[in-house]
Amino acid sequence: MTCLPASTEKKLGLVIDLDTCVGCQACVTSCKEWNTGGHMAPLTDIDPYGGQVDGVWFNRVHAYEHTTEAGGRTVHFPRSCLHCETPACVTVCPTGASYKRTSDGIVLVDEDKCIGCKLCSWACPYGAREFDTDVGVMKKCTLCVDRIYNDNIAPEDRVPACVAACPTSARHFGDLGDPDSAISQLVAERGGVDLMPELGYRPTNKYLPPRARTERAATVPAPALEAVKVEGGFLGWVDRMLSA
Amino acid sequence: MHPAYSVIFFTTATGAGYGLLAFLGVAGGFGLIEGGFWFRLVSLGLALALISAGLLSSTAHLGRPERAWRAFSQWRSSWLSREGVASVATFVPAGLFGIGWVLLGKQGGWVAATGLLSAIAAAVTVCTTAMIYASLKPIAQWSSKFTLPGYLIFAAMTGSVLFNALLALLDEPRTPAMLFAIVSGMVGWGWKSATWQHNDSLVATTTLNSATGLAGGTVRSIEWPHTEENYLLKEMGFAVARKHAMKLRVIAQALAFAAPLFMLATAFSFSDIGGLAVVLSVAAALSQLAGMLVERWLFFAEAKHTVTLYYGR
Repeated sequence: MTCLPASTEKKLGLVIDLDTCVGCQACVTSCKEWNTGGHMAPLTDIDPYGGQVDGVWFNRVHAYEHTTEAGGRTVHFPRSCLHCETPACVTVCPTGASYKRTSDGIVLVDEDKCIGCKLCSWACPYGAREFDTDVGVMKKCTLCVDRIYNDNIAPEDRVPACVAACPTSARHFGDLGDPDSAISQLVAERGGVDLMPELGYRPTNKYLPPRARTERAATVPAPALEAVKVEGGFLGWVDRMLSA
Repeated sequence: MHPAYSVIFFTTATGAGYGLLAFLGVAGGFGLIEGGFWFRLVSLGLALALISAGLLSSTAHLGRPERAWRAFSQWRSSWLSREGVASVATFVPAGLFGIGWVLLGKQGGWVAATGLLSAIAAAVTVCTTAMIYASLKPIAQWSSKFTLPGYLIFAAMTGSVLFNALLALLDEPRTPAMLFAIVSGMVGWGWKSATWQHNDSLVATTTLNSATGLAGGTVRSIEWPHTEENYLLKEMGFAVARKHAMKLRVIAQALAFAAPLFMLATAFSFSDIGGLAVVLSVAAALSQLAGMLVERWLFFAEAKHTVTLYYGR
């Protein structure tokens, strides 16, 4: 059913630190690599080596310039499914292909039921769902449901591929429904925010805003090197000869 | 939003078809108009043909049309599913009404009851179509109080203009039908103008600030995730008609409202023009349907989805 569960036992999700994300795209490629062979496989690429490259991605990293009175800064912004608590993408689905799991809150698509009407992608304000024109069904982030419960891989690897790949630990995975979890503590400590809270989708994933600027770092570069003085003696002679 | 041709045709055709069905159900069922066998056959046939063609075309934009039957299952939560159920359910009273009104040549009694039920079911179906769009919060132009009444008004308007044209062509020009077509055309024009005015003055509550969680100041997109356009931009970031929106608005108003109103008013004012009234009534209906296709195109093209914010559009 596409009716939403009243509550979920867990609220598994991601916390993304906009302060430390460097926009390296490692999470993007790692996501693509895992998921093109995973639950929603394949993540079709259309014309991958041509001039009109297109394809399905669950995670895309934007770059923005945020200018405030304190100055400007570049913010790298990974965008993926937020596994909302009231996801309209699920309720608009006419076939029951989209659903939100009662056990952990993950929003998934049953590819065998999807008719490819695309209405769910219209209902998602975040652009998390992407249509696979080749297969004719909608695809989306699974929160690596086939990794996080996978007994065949080492326990430390049972996190979403994007989290495992992040070299700056800008991506965190855990239960946001448990206020004592490390991830919930991190959100509380850093003042994590919802995206587009005004639309009322109640995203599970949170974003940690960049930290305030500090004055600890040098605000100007090192002083310029001193100009070479005209010297006498042997070195002065060498300088004159070479300058000629 | 990208205007899929099949969806534009679908909403225009079914709107006119359901509108016509409602007028036939009430006016025919209760014996307000007599109409011969051919009028009854052709007019109800056209209404059901428009509805069926629209519904069939709506499956054309599906990725997996062979699974379309699944769309009847989630009526508890999905307006699209409700639309599917309501549209198919409408064929039951409409079919019975057709048997009684067209084949048996009856009116009143159970034929009036099925006619009325057809009209109600038609109105309900148009409401479900409208709610598909009106319930989409990411698109401010659709998620407004103008959408639901708009769909109902345009179904009544196109239905009544068709109804008038069919009466003129196969029965005889009738003053009340013509008057209703004129009034609904004026209401439709007014409503569309008010809708455009409302959309033009929309103040975006969702900004790139709230979309990225970056508070204060300005946020500017400096780099897309990929160099080429993707599904999101092709589907949600459609920009072709927005470029020509003002010209298309003029064309839509001329074809859907101004020209039909002028033709109908002429036919209405000069009751002694005979055959010309028939020509004007039919031309008004054709012009309006063409205009509504442009209007529906704009409905999609001018709708702005929040995901385009992420791409700095």
